[in-house]
Amino acid sequence: MEYPNQSGFRQRKLQAGVRMRGTPGDPRDPSLLFDDTSAGGDKHDLSGVGKGPGVCPGQALISDPMSNLALAYGSSLASHGREMMDKNLDRFIPISKLKYYFAVDTVYVGKKLGLLVFPYMHDNWEVIYQQDTPVAPRFDINAPDLYIPVMGFITYILVAGLALGTQNRFSPEILGIQASSALVWLIIEVLAVLLSLYLVTVNTDLTTIDLVAFSGYKYVGMIVGVIAGLLFGRMGYHLSLLWCCVSTFVFTIRTLRLKILSEAAAEGRLVRGAKNQLRMYLTMAIAAAQPVFMYWLTFHLVR
Amino acid sequence: MAFTLYALIQTAILFTNAIAVLHEERFLSKIGWGAEQGIGGFGDEPGIKAQLLNLIRSVRTVMRVPLIAVNSVCIVLLLLFG
Repeated sequence: MEYPNQSGFRQRKLQAGVRMRGTPGDPRDPSLLFDDTSAGGDKHDLSGVGKGPGVCPGQALISDPMSNLALAYGSSLASHGREMMDKNLDRFIPISKLKYYFAVDTVYVGKKLGLLVFPYMHDNWEVIYQQDTPVAPRFDINAPDLYIPVMGFITYILVAGLALGTQNRFSPEILGIQASSALVWLIIEVLAVLLSLYLVTVNTDLTTIDLVAFSGYKYVGMIVGVIAGLLFGRMGYHLSLLWCCVSTFVFTIRTLRLKILSEAAAEGRLVRGAKNQLRMYLTMAIAAAQPVFMYWLTFHLVR
Repeated sequence: MAFTLYALIQTAILFTNAIAVLHEERFLSKIGWGAEQGIGGFGDEPGIKAQLLNLIRSVRTVMRVPLIAVNSVCIVLLLLFG
């Protein structure tokens, strides 16, 4: 392709920290966001400007200067629109903050899944801070992340489809219904927690995304329960769901205790006072809602 | 229970409407939930009741105009599509 503006357009397209590709023949660079499909088109751009019409006689489209102009205008309009959309989207959904929650690696995911199923041996539940900002989840197992909840949600929908399929109750709409149903319950739960946190006037640094993350951790227990139910029948489902409910309950309490309660109460010392008691009740209520939801969202899948 | 996102939107609109129709003078003050009764002392922590009254008053103030628009849209859509 010998379009003269090709490199400019693609340069604007690959923003966000991607360095200009010197040679298109590089091996796959991990900092590239998109695959390199130029196939040597970049190198020839500068030389192609001068002899464009002569080199490609078959492409009469670009030999017309008016369509060159139209192409340039169209590409600049597209990139301008894209910039405006990125800027506006960033106002509603904080994309940069979201990236923090996905900065995970395999070791973290493995340890966190183990912690979700067996939180009884873990001692230190505090989140490590680094100059007032929490460290990325990759380096701190106690930090909340969004990778496990998102993957858990998708896996839950797939497992629900599988479970319904084994009972001959499957149809493609069921997947959509399950997905929107679980999503609605998640939204309701997060809104209820936000409302109760506002009413109790807790000074906490829990953001909405943190709450979504903590509410999403229960999908792991649900998946384990449903798969055990598929493999071992109802007894397996009830036993594994009971185990996962208790461990999710303990995990939620131990994680939220540090965030909601005051310093002294969180360390286990008995601090009298109505305020701390109220906060303890709030933590227990949030944690108790998890097993309820876990049962509610899975009992119709295992018969 | 098959909830859809549409049911959630309907619930939200109904709840907001319910909060918006609570009349300040005729109702809330009579049961002791008026706006001026919510501001307790200037102590350090407002209680739950004060927070709740604050929330009701701010929802009513903020959502009054958008609710007019949303309700009109809902009415038109329900008339057209049943």
